[in-house]
Amino acid sequence: MDKALRSGSPDRLPPHTDAGIIGWLRTRLFSSPLNAVLTILALWLLLMAIPALIDYLFVKPDFSATTAAQCRETGGYCWAFVREKHRLILFGIYPYAEQWRPLLASVILVAVVICSCIRWFWKPFLGVLWLLALAAFGVLMWGGVFGLTYVENSRWGGLPVTLILSTFGIALAFPFGLLLALGRRSDMPGVKAVCVVYIELIRGVPLVSLLFMSSVMLPLFLPEGFSIDKLLRAQIAIILFAAAYVAETVRGGLQAMPKGQYEGAQSIGLSYWQSMRKIILPQALKIVIPPLVGIFISLFKDTSLVVIIGIFDLTQAAKVAVSDAVWRGFSTEAYLFISVIYFIFCFSISRYSLSLERQLDQGQKR
Amino acid sequence: MSEPIIRLKNVNKWYGQFHVLKDLNLDVAPGERIVICGPSGSGKSTMIRCINRLEEHQEGEIIVDGTELTNDLKQIEAIRRDVGMVFQHFNLFPHMTVLENLTLGPAWVLKRSKAEAEATAMKYLERVRIPDQAHKYPGQLSGGQQQRVAIARSLCMNPKIMLFDEPTSALDPEMVKEVLDVMVELARESGMTMLCVTHEMGFARKVADRVIFMDHGEIIEQNAPDAFFDHPQNERTRLFLSQILH
Repeated sequence: MDKALRSGSPDRLPPHTDAGIIGWLRTRLFSSPLNAVLTILALWLLLMAIPALIDYLFVKPDFSATTAAQCRETGGYCWAFVREKHRLILFGIYPYAEQWRPLLASVILVAVVICSCIRWFWKPFLGVLWLLALAAFGVLMWGGVFGLTYVENSRWGGLPVTLILSTFGIALAFPFGLLLALGRRSDMPGVKAVCVVYIELIRGVPLVSLLFMSSVMLPLFLPEGFSIDKLLRAQIAIILFAAAYVAETVRGGLQAMPKGQYEGAQSIGLSYWQSMRKIILPQALKIVIPPLVGIFISLFKDTSLVVIIGIFDLTQAAKVAVSDAVWRGFSTEAYLFISVIYFIFCFSISRYSLSLERQLDQGQKR
Repeated sequence: MSEPIIRLKNVNKWYGQFHVLKDLNLDVAPGERIVICGPSGSGKSTMIRCINRLEEHQEGEIIVDGTELTNDLKQIEAIRRDVGMVFQHFNLFPHMTVLENLTLGPAWVLKRSKAEAEATAMKYLERVRIPDQAHKYPGQLSGGQQQRVAIARSLCMNPKIMLFDEPTSALDPEMVKEVLDVMVELARESGMTMLCVTHEMGFARKVADRVIFMDHGEIIEQNAPDAFFDHPQNERTRLFLSQILH
C-alpha cells in the first residue's frame, strides 16, 4: 500500500565495485599506505614462520625412527616420542591393557557435551542422557562390574581426568554462580551479605591455594577415619572457584539490562522468578556470553593445577612422560602434543560460543 | 456513589531529600477517564507509578480496588494483575515475538492454556489493528506499532485499570495519531478506568472525564476538560496552558 502512495524516482543498484581478486586485494589488504606496510610485514612473518614449522614437523623428522638416539640424530619433531608416550600422556598410569576404557569413557563424555550444545537436544530427555553417560563413565573408569577389573581413581590420569574436572566444573559452577549473582543483587541483607563475602573471599585467593586447602586443611577438620575422595575434593574446589567469577560476570549482565525490562515484566504481574527466567536472564546471559566463555576456557586449562594435590591430569602426565631417562630432552614434543589437545578443546568451545551468539541473534535482526 | 477504584490519601513520597509527592489526595471512580498534565518534574509519572507499586510511597495510603498497597508481595502481585501499564518507551521484550509478548502474561500469571492465550492475543492485536505483525519481533516494528503492541499486551491481562505514562511522547509525530486513535477507541468501547499522563490535549478534550493539573508534587486544579481548558481557575494552570498548544 505504501509503495503505491510513494511517488518519486525508482531505486537504483549501488555502483559496481572492483570485482575479483584485484578488487578484494585493493580494499582489504592495500587500502592505505599503512595497511599496505602491515600486509607486507604479515606476509613476511608468515613466510619466515610457516616453512620453518613445516620443516620442523614434517620434513626433517625420520618417520621410521623408533628410538631416542635415532630422533636425536635426525632432529626435527620426534614423532617416535609421541608414538611411544602418547598413551602415557593421554591415560596416565591407568593399567595398560584396560586403556580402551578411559578412551571410550572420554568419547562418551565429549559426545554428550556436544549433544548438549545442539538446540535440538534441549528437551527433558537430555537429563536422562546425561545420567546414562555419567553412569557409563563411572562404570568404565571404575570397573568392578560386568567383568571389568576395578581401577581406583588414584590411578586415573591424563585426558579423562581433565575432561571430568572441566565438565563438572563448568556444569555446576554455572548455576551456582547464577544464584550467587542474583543473591548479590537481592534486597535481603542476609542473602546479599553471604554472597558478597563468598565472592570476594574466593576471588581473593588463587585456585592453587584453594586446591591446597582442600587437600591439606580439610582432612584436619574431618573426623578421624572419614576422608573425602581426593578427586572429589579437587572437583569441589574447582566448582567453588569458578562460581565466584561466573557470578560477577552474570551480575554485569544483569546490571546492563535496562530498568524498563524489569518494569515491563512487573507490570504484567510476573513474579520475581518468572521474570528472571523468561525476561531478564535470557537477555542478560546473551549479553555476557563472551566473558562467560572466557571463564570456561580458563577453567578448562586451570584444571592442570590439580597436579599440586597429586592428581594426574593431562599436563602432569606429559611431565612424567618427559622425565623418563631414556627420552630426556624431548619436552618440546610432549608439551606441543598437549598444547594441541588443549587448543582443540578450547577453540571448539570458543567457536561454539560464536555460533550460539549467532543463533540467538536470529530473532533480533532488524 | 460507588466506592472509588483508586484512592490516594495524604500520599507523600521523597526521592532522598527531594519531596516529590506532597499530601496527594485523589479518588478515581470506576470507569472514569482521567488525564494528568503538568510541567516536567511535577510528579505526575511518579504518582501513577505508585499506583502499581513501581515506586514506593513513604507516607499515606494508596488503596486500589479495595486492597491497600503495602510491602506485602502477594498483594502487590494481585494488584499488578488488575492494573495494566503502558510506558513511554514501550518496554516490550525484544527476544520474543509479538505473539509471545502478548501470551506470556495470560499463560504464566493467569494460567490460561496456550490456545486460549493465543486467541486472546490475536483478538487484541486485531483491536489495535496489527494482526499481521504477530510473528515479528519488536525490533522489526515501527514505534507506533510497538506502542500498540504494548497496549495490546496490557489488555491481554484483562485489567480493570489502565495506566498510561506519556505513551506518545517517544513517537514520531505521524505515529502519534495511530496510537491515540487506539486509546480513544479503548476509552469509548470498554468501561475501563484509565489514567493517562500526556501532553496531548486533543486527546483530553475528546475522551477525559477529568483533567488534573499537577505542579511540584501537588494537584493544583482538576476539572472537566472543557471547563479546564477554557476557564482555568488557578494562576499556575493558566501559565502552564499558555505555554502549551491546547
